[in-house]
Amino acid sequence: MIPDYLAEFFGNKFIGYLIAAALPLFLWILPYALYAVYAERKVSAFMQDRIGPNRVGPKGLFQTIADILKLIQKEDIVPASADKPLFVMAPYVIFAGTFAAFAALPFSSIYIGSNINLGVFYIMAVSSFSVVGILMAGWAGNNKYSLYGAMRSVAQIVSYEVPALLAIVSAVMVIGSLNLNEISEMQTAYFWNWWIFGGPVVGIKKFLLIIPMTIAFIIFFIASLAEVNRTPFDIPEAESELVAGFHTEYTGMKFAMFFLAEYGNMFVVSAISVSIFFGGWQSPFGYLGNSLGISWLIPVEQVFWFLFKGSLLVLVQMWLRWTLPRLRVDQLMTVCWKYLTPYAFINLVLIGIITLF
Amino acid sequence: MKEYLKNTWLGIYTVLVGMKVTISHLFKPKVTIQYPDVRVKLPERARNRLYVNIDDCIGCDQCSRACPVDCITIETVKAVPGEDLGTTSNGKRKALWVTKFDIDIAKCCYCGLCVYPCPTECIWMTDVYEFSEYNRDNLIYHFSNLTPEEAEQKKLNYQKFEEEKARQKAAVQAVNNPNKQDSGNLS
Ligand code: SF4
Ligand code: SF4
Repeated sequence: MIPDYLAEFFGNKFIGYLIAAALPLFLWILPYALYAVYAERKVSAFMQDRIGPNRVGPKGLFQTIADILKLIQKEDIVPASADKPLFVMAPYVIFAGTFAAFAALPFSSIYIGSNINLGVFYIMAVSSFSVVGILMAGWAGNNKYSLYGAMRSVAQIVSYEVPALLAIVSAVMVIGSLNLNEISEMQTAYFWNWWIFGGPVVGIKKFLLIIPMTIAFIIFFIASLAEVNRTPFDIPEAESELVAGFHTEYTGMKFAMFFLAEYGNMFVVSAISVSIFFGGWQSPFGYLGNSLGISWLIPVEQVFWFLFKGSLLVLVQMWLRWTLPRLRVDQLMTVCWKYLTPYAFINLVLIGIITLF
Repeated sequence: MKEYLKNTWLGIYTVLVGMKVTISHLFKPKVTIQYPDVRVKLPERARNRLYVNIDDCIGCDQCSRACPVDCITIETVKAVPGEDLGTTSNGKRKALWVTKFDIDIAKCCYCGLCVYPCPTECIWMTDVYEFSEYNRDNLIYHFSNLTPEEAEQKKLNYQKFEEEKARQKAAVQAVNNPNKQDSGNLS
C-alpha cells in the first residue's frame, strides 16, 4: 500500500499519509477536472453539431487551462451585504466534502487513501456534506436567486439520498462488505464477475441477481445525478431561472472551486458505481502484467481501469445532461418519492429474498 | 397500478430514445462555420457597403433624394465652358463637378433605394461587410475625387464665370438700350 510505503520512506507516519492523501488531488482531481470541463464542452458541442473549443492549443486542448489562468487573475469580489465568513468558507466546505470522499476510493490494489471498513458508508456521509456548503453559499450571497437555488438543492439532495442509499444497501446485502477495496477485490478476473452481472456468486443465484443488481445500479445512478446537481436534476443551478443558483455571487477562484467540486463530485459518484457494480479497479479481461509476467504493471493497469471506468460513467452523465431537459420541482419530488424510492424498496426485498437461498 | 408501471416504462424508454438521438449527433457533420477563417458566399443581391464610382457620377442628386434617411450629401458645381469633364461609361456627358459626395454609412439602413435611380449605375452595393471603426467620423465616406482645394477652385471658377457673364450681359444691355437706365440684370 502506497501510504504505508510513503510513511516508511519519510520515517514519519503523519508526513507519509499527508503526501499520500494529496496524491489524488494533484495527480487526478485537478487534471481530471480540467479535462472534464473540456470534455463537457466538446460533448455538448458535438451533440449540438457544433465544434466546441478549438482555438487554444491543438483541438482546443488547453482551453480550460486558459480559463483557469483567466479566473486566477479575476478580482475576488465579496458582495457588500454578504455574510462574509460564510461566504468565504462555503467553496472550501463544498470542496472539502468532495475531496474527503476521495480518501476512501480504491484507485488500485496498492493505493487507497484510507482502507476503512466503512468505506461506502463514509463516502455517502461525507459527500452529502456538500449540502452544508451549498446552503452556506446560497445564504451568504444574500441574493434571492442564490438562496432559492440553495433551498432547492438541499431539498433535492436530502430526498435523493434515500433511494441512493437504498440501492447501495441492496447491493451491499449481496456483497456483504462496506470496504470498497474488498468489494473491488471480490470482482476479480473477468467482467462477468462484476456485481452488476451477479458477482462471483456461483449457480442460479448469479443469474437471478443480474436484474435486481441492474435496477439497483440504475436507481443509484439516477439518484447520484441528483446528488451532484446534474441535468435533468440541475434545478439548484438552473441557469434560465436562477442565474447560476447558489454560486451566482462568486467570482474568480472561488467560482472555480465550485466547478472543481462539481466535477470532483461527478467522479466520486461514478467511482462508487464503478467500485460496487463495475468491478472497481479490476480489469474486465485479465491483466497484461500477468500474461507478460511484469508484476509492477498490474497496479498501474488497475489505476488505469479504475479511472477509465469512472471517466466513462462521467461521460454518460454528460451525455444525459445534453439529452434531457430540466425537471420541474414537483416532478423532481415525484420521481424521487413516488418512483425511485418504492422501486428501491421492492428491489431491496427482492435481493433480500434471493440472498436467503 | 397499470398507469404507474406504464409511466415507469415510458420514463426509461423516452430517456433511451433521447440518448440515442444525441449520440447519433456525435457522428453528424458539424454545422459551425468558423467565420473569420471560413466565409459563407454572400447571396448575389446582398446589400452591404455602398460604393460610388465617382468617375461615372454625373452629380444628378437622385440617389440622395431617394435615400430615406438622408445619409448622402452631394454638392455640385457647374462646369464652365471650356472645361471638359468627359463622358460616363454609358455615354452621358458630365456637366457638373461633384465637389462633395459623402455617404454617412453609419446612418445607412442598407435599403438599396439609392442604387436604383442612378442613371449611370455608378452607385452600388459591394460585398464588404466588415468595416467597423473606433471613431464614428470614419464612417462618413468621402467619394469625391476632388481635393478640398480643387473643389474651392472649381467654385471660384464658376463664380468668376458667372460674374463675367453678368458683366457681359450688362455690357450688352448697355449697348442695346443706351437710353434706358441701368436697371440691373433683369433681362
Ligand atoms: S442604401 Fe438606403 S439608406 Fe443607404 S444610402 Fe442608399 S438609400 Fe440611403
Ligand atoms: S444617382 Fe448616380 S449619377 Fe446621380 S448623383 Fe447619385 S451616384 Fe451620381
